Amino acid sequence: MLRFVLRRLIATPLLLLGVATVAFFLSQMTKGDPLSAIVPERQMNNPEIVAAAKEKWGLDKSLIERYGLYIGNLVQGDLGVSFTTRRAVSADLGERLPATLELVMAAMLIATVVGITLGVLSARYRDRSVDYISRVFALLGSSLPVFWSGLLLLFLFSVQLGWVPGPGRLDARSVAPPSITGFYTVDSLLNGNIPLFFESLHHLLLPSIVLAWSVIGVITRLVRSSLLEVMGQDYVRTARAKGAGEGRVMLNHALRNALIPTLTIIGFSFAYLITGAVLTEAVFSWPGVGSYAVSSARSLDLPGIIGVTLVGSLAFLVANLLTDIAYAFANPRVKLQ
Amino acid sequence: MTASVSSPAVSLPANVARSGPSFGRRLRQVPLPVLIGGFVVLFWIITALTVSFWGLPDPIQIAGKRLQAPSLSHWLGTDALGRDVLSRTLYGAVYSVPIAIGVVAVGVFIGATLGAIAGYVGGVVDGIIMRLVDVTLAFPPILLAMTISATLGPGLVNAAIAMIIVWWPIYARLMRAQVLEVKEREHVEAAIAGGAGHIRVLGIHILPLCWTPILINATMDFGQVVLLAASLSFIGLGASPPTPEWGSMISEGAARFYSWWVAFGPGMAILTLVLGFSFLGDGLRDMLDPRSK
Repeated sequence: MLRFVLRRLIATPLLLLGVATVAFFLSQMTKGDPLSAIVPERQMNNPEIVAAAKEKWGLDKSLIERYGLYIGNLVQGDLGVSFTTRRAVSADLGERLPATLELVMAAMLIATVVGITLGVLSARYRDRSVDYISRVFALLGSSLPVFWSGLLLLFLFSVQLGWVPGPGRLDARSVAPPSITGFYTVDSLLNGNIPLFFESLHHLLLPSIVLAWSVIGVITRLVRSSLLEVMGQDYVRTARAKGAGEGRVMLNHALRNALIPTLTIIGFSFAYLITGAVLTEAVFSWPGVGSYAVSSARSLDLPGIIGVTLVGSLAFLVANLLTDIAYAFANPRVKLQ
Repeated sequence: MTASVSSPAVSLPANVARSGPSFGRRLRQVPLPVLIGGFVVLFWIITALTVSFWGLPDPIQIAGKRLQAPSLSHWLGTDALGRDVLSRTLYGAVYSVPIAIGVVAVGVFIGATLGAIAGYVGGVVDGIIMRLVDVTLAFPPILLAMTISATLGPGLVNAAIAMIIVWWPIYARLMRAQVLEVKEREHVEAAIAGGAGHIRVLGIHILPLCWTPILINATMDFGQVVLLAASLSFIGLGASPPTPEWGSMISEGAARFYSWWVAFGPGMAILTLVLGFSFLGDGLRDMLDPRSK
């Protein structure tokens, strides 16, 4: 197992280098003057800025030297300057990351609780109406375009019913709590501002449900199938033979073991989460990394969108690495290659 | 893929218990979801092929007052420019269906070719191809697609290219795994011993046995491609305005938030097509791959 973990630990930075290399070539693929991909159009007449940019990204040097400079800049966390905000992409992303993390963590919490519950119910009442309903619910979530379901739910619950506030992290008049963690729910609590806490929680509710729904399908399917597999094992039969009720067998005996493969949830659903987060944020005007990706892609702001992609890939790779390691530790019987 | 089959009460090996009825007989026992899925997908394919002969209002021309709620004359209402939403939704199939089929087809072609080469040749070639696969799969799909689309510039063709780049590695992995397995079988050894050339061995003795998982995966992926294409258009990287593409129609609907019907039609279209493909893919998997049950 140690060898497996070591191999994954070595592979991850190599994959990251590969990702950065692809990003480099993409950044070189802009049509026309490569300078136009680095210096905003309006600053093109400023010789100082142009010279500094040429120097920093090695525009008058060879491709290989430029590649070296690019990777060097990346390692130092320099993702270039956004065309649209004219600020360092890393600064933009740093500011927006907490919003995304707050949304994604809330969604993950909802998705895990609901997904495992639905998975257990469908396995317990296999091929009965409960099973069908929960599977249809899960399937709907993964087939709905979140940018559409989000829009309709926002219209229904915010405009028609008035149950949830409109888009954004807070009401238009409210001021964000002083930043400690960047999570508005946590920061408002730390500041003892209870009304603001409920306000931010209220704003978080619908987008996190929409995002969670898109992931629930994956979790439900995984829990259901691994539970059904475990239910056929000898020790489950023993528990039944000793007179344990079906509910007790399932929760006390089967679920614990069924949850081991479900650990991979984090890894599996991460790709869906990122996709969902990008689109959910766009619909709910959520000021996170996802809406930054959308607006920079829209305005063809290459440093912006490439920056998000690099950070997203880093998160993706780390999540996969952690999942693999957790899986290897939780289930040492599995021979991993 | 863990192939551990939960032990049933009767301990017959799964393949013996299930390999009874012929394919034709299994086809007659097609489960209901597959029929529904097939019907929905067929409906959209036929729509894509024939919608221009249906005598619908022109999807790009103004057909009535703007932002009319659904009524008898405009079943799904009209949009911000007074165009008929139902007509635009049905015309949307002309873009979404060929894109889904085209992206998956080209993705399968590139992926299967490279995967087969990697699996059959092995060594350095395998290493290079598979590292390329690993790196491509290290990107979150939507972000890679967005970046490539933004690099190439907006437009449906560029969005399709971006999606092909995102999609081929999955098929390459599947194909390589299949080829590696089939390569070791005895009939291949016999063919090589009989003096067959590489191309003949690969083309006649190996590849025909490799398609099942790829076919199943491809069917499931059509829906995902429809979703991703619509997402790219929604973001503004795919189809551009007057085009009646579902994603960009929803994006126009998002700007006219209170007129919910502008986005309703195209969203339902995406949902039905995605569900159709996924029912079809699920059913196909159950029929062709007995291990999955």
